[in-house]
Amino acid sequence: MTMESMSFADWLPVIFIGLMGLAVLIYAVLDGYDLGVGILLPMDASDESQRDTMIASIGPFWDANETWLVLGVGLLLIAFPSAHSMVLMNLYIPTAIMLIGLIMRGVAFDFRAKAAVDHKLTWDRTFKIGSLLTSLTQGYMLGQYVMGFESSWSAQLFSALSAIGVTAAYSYIGAAWLILKTEGKLQRRAVHWTRLAGRAAFVGVVAVSVVNPLVNPGVFDRWFTFPLVMFALLVPMLCFLAFTANEILLRRLPKVDDRHCWIPFVNVLLVFLLCFTGLAFSFYPEIVPGKLDIWQAASATESLQFILVGAAIVVPTILAYTVFSYRVFRGKATELRYH
Amino acid sequence: MLDTLVLSRMQFAANISFHILFPTITIALGWILFFFKLRFDQTDNPVWMRAYRFWVKVFALTFALGVVSGITMSFQFGTNWPGFMETVGNIAGPLLGYEVLTAFFLEATFLGIMLFGINRVPSKIHTLSALIVAIGTTISAFWILALNSWMHTPAGYEMRDGVAHVTSWLEVIFNPSFPYRFTHMLLASGLTAAFFVAGLSAYRILQGDPKLAPRLALKTGLVLAAILAPVQAFVGDLHGLNTFEHQPQKIAAMEGVWETERGAPLLLFAIPDEAQRTNHFEIAIPKMASLILTHELDGEIRGLNEFEGNHPPVKPLFFGFRVMVGMGVLMLAVAWTGCYLLLRRRGELPVWMLKIVVAMTFSGWLATLSGWYVTEIGRQPWLVTGVLPTADAVTPLAPANVGFSLTMYLLVYVVLMSAYIHTLRVMARKSVKVEEFETEAPQAGGKLTNVPDATEEGAA
Ligand code: HDD
Ligand code: HEM
Ligand code: HEM
Repeated sequence: MTMESMSFADWLPVIFIGLMGLAVLIYAVLDGYDLGVGILLPMDASDESQRDTMIASIGPFWDANETWLVLGVGLLLIAFPSAHSMVLMNLYIPTAIMLIGLIMRGVAFDFRAKAAVDHKLTWDRTFKIGSLLTSLTQGYMLGQYVMGFESSWSAQLFSALSAIGVTAAYSYIGAAWLILKTEGKLQRRAVHWTRLAGRAAFVGVVAVSVVNPLVNPGVFDRWFTFPLVMFALLVPMLCFLAFTANEILLRRLPKVDDRHCWIPFVNVLLVFLLCFTGLAFSFYPEIVPGKLDIWQAASATESLQFILVGAAIVVPTILAYTVFSYRVFRGKATELRYH
Repeated sequence: MLDTLVLSRMQFAANISFHILFPTITIALGWILFFFKLRFDQTDNPVWMRAYRFWVKVFALTFALGVVSGITMSFQFGTNWPGFMETVGNIAGPLLGYEVLTAFFLEATFLGIMLFGINRVPSKIHTLSALIVAIGTTISAFWILALNSWMHTPAGYEMRDGVAHVTSWLEVIFNPSFPYRFTHMLLASGLTAAFFVAGLSAYRILQGDPKLAPRLALKTGLVLAAILAPVQAFVGDLHGLNTFEHQPQKIAAMEGVWETERGAPLLLFAIPDEAQRTNHFEIAIPKMASLILTHELDGEIRGLNEFEGNHPPVKPLFFGFRVMVGMGVLMLAVAWTGCYLLLRRRGELPVWMLKIVVAMTFSGWLATLSGWYVTEIGRQPWLVTGVLPTADAVTPLAPANVGFSLTMYLLVYVVLMSAYIHTLRVMARKSVKVEEFETEAPQAGGKLTNVPDATEEGAA
């Protein structure tokens, strides 16, 4: 299909894959940082007040963050129903485990504050394990998706690698979030965590980027054909730069007056954006790698139009009040209280 | 060995039953909280604020459970019912999509501000956040019930190559049973929340809480229930008439009518027997069923035998319906007696009455669940009436997979439910012991009570 010959009906799936991509990216960043905070939760008895602050830093946001996942899956369901069935059926068990993880995390957050004091630690553990379970299964599912849902050993190995990579990436962004939102001892700890998680994430990203084109010939061709290769290689270059810049900056943090405390987060954001671009570049316009493209999977035009009208009005509104909410809770995390 | 279809149905029923418990509370509790906050803004009476503070915590907990169980729901269609999306995805998809876009984000974002933003935003904005959260939960119910009603009484579509395509969105959304189902469900939520609030408040009073806030909440709950209960019976009747028109076999099963007859009696009790196609141990009021459903003593009710082989199982519908209506009548009696006693005794209830109200705390759950079971089982063997049989929609996965996920969910639900009930009790008991200065105005950012650091609540 060439650009000129495409009708509006042909464009609709493209618009929807774009919207879905946006939802998934926002999800990975936003829920990424709060899952990361959960993974990093220190579990010593003496860490209780730090745990309180860490959880307070994500308190007002986690629910809305998670909603981006519902939107991403929802858009897949609305726009590409057959892909939705294919993906979710192939990932049945990991999806169920991820949901359990999300349940554990979501409820622990509320129970810990209200349960009798002696149960608080148990809920904190639940919170941490739930976050870990969610990240690992999401990474595993990403790996499986990239490998076309194969069950071979190599595919499993790759998925395991991806599970660890995604977990490291979430910890990375979570730790950077904590640098932004905390101060004092906890902030210094967060700087340390960010460095460690950053290195782990770096290894993960490199490993996935090397393995992916090797096992998927289509991906290899796409990345390494002249002249696109010039542009395509910009992505990993920039990504490398962002990692390095962070590594250097983190050695100097925290600075006087808390200057630059927001830069690590922005850098990680850049890493996420670039990795996502890389993945999208590898597979577009396929929605299930090697099996379905977006036009084969798209649902009826009239349904897409109906929801597009709403999305065009509502998505900007959602973004606007999300920004409002982050403004309301800007600054360092303070102890959260129901009033 | 159970097959994938049976296991998937069990899993769907388990997940939605668990999920609906929390929305039924939050939808109306959101409005009650808005009411508390609004009254505080208007009167400056700190008791309203204290009632608000206690209930907002209960709301947050309930809401969290609603969110996590809801996220599970949104994955179910893809994992277990791929045939559903492939056949009616063009309709179900956009309706679910609008729910996410217009309701979920709104609720989730403003909930953050409502719960934690009190000393970060002006009081007006805070009240507005409470209003937006309440509106959000209601919009959410609107979309999901539009979809559910469409599955019962589909309209505004045509089938092309075995796939449903929309011809009119207005007809899809405002399909014949939607207005009734939506109203009935909102009222069900109102009643559930009213008894929940009244019951937990009565529990606090029984535990020796001398404060004004639980008395205020108790009164609010009882008055609300006293108003809604008769309205619910009226709307339920209209709902039944509508179902009678569109799904007569469902009504026949609910009423236990086997042969088509004129002047059918209303069965107060019976044991329907599907093998012999008759009822045992009937206790009946002559002609009442015809009167209720057709508004004529001699109106005709079509019997189950006209739909042989194509009607839902009779027993669950018959009993489920009686449980729901029975609870409705009980609610009416309790709420009216409670309000009468409140009037007579200037705001104090006798201990026996408090105990009854405590016993009714979760009565709304029972009625709501039985109502949903009647409705949903009554649609069988169809998933979408006349369009898609349930058996055709199920996933081709191996039963072991579904067995595994079902077991996990059930385990988690048992733990969560006991934690939820336990935590509610802990919260109620804790609030009994805490001192409160009834006169002093609450400070923004203060604790549940005004005592500085009396009991530590921890973060969040
Ligand atoms: C009549 C009301 C009602 C019914 C029948 C359902 N829900 Fe629900 N749902 C709500 C009323 C609600 C709510 C009031 O909006 C909730 C409950 C608490 C909350 O957080 O929002 C919610 C939460 C909720 C969430 C989390 C939203 C968030 O992140 O804030 C999801 C994904 C779903 N639901 C999905 C579903 C699906 C797929 C259903 C049916 C198959 C369903 N719900 C039935
Ligand atoms: C909220 C309260 C609800 C409850 C308690 C409930 C309960 C049930 C039950 C018990 C069944 C099983 C019937 C049977 O198999 O005999 C069922 C089936 C089903 N319901 Fe609902 N339902 C609810 C709402 C909804 C909504 C809002 C939707 C969709 C928008 C929905 C979609 C379905 C589907 C797809 C099935 C088929 C799967 C099955 O047969 O188990 N339900 N429901
Ligand atoms: C008091 C008299 C009542 C009557 C006559 C009545 C009538 C009905 C009827 C006929 C249905 C089935 C509609 C269908 O499947 O098409 C229904 C469903 C239902 N009922 Fe009731 N009801 C009453 C009380 C209650 C109460 C007290 C509650 C809860 C607090 C409740 C909650 C529900 C729910 C949640 C459903 C399923 C959803 C729906 O179809 O609306 N009902 N009711």
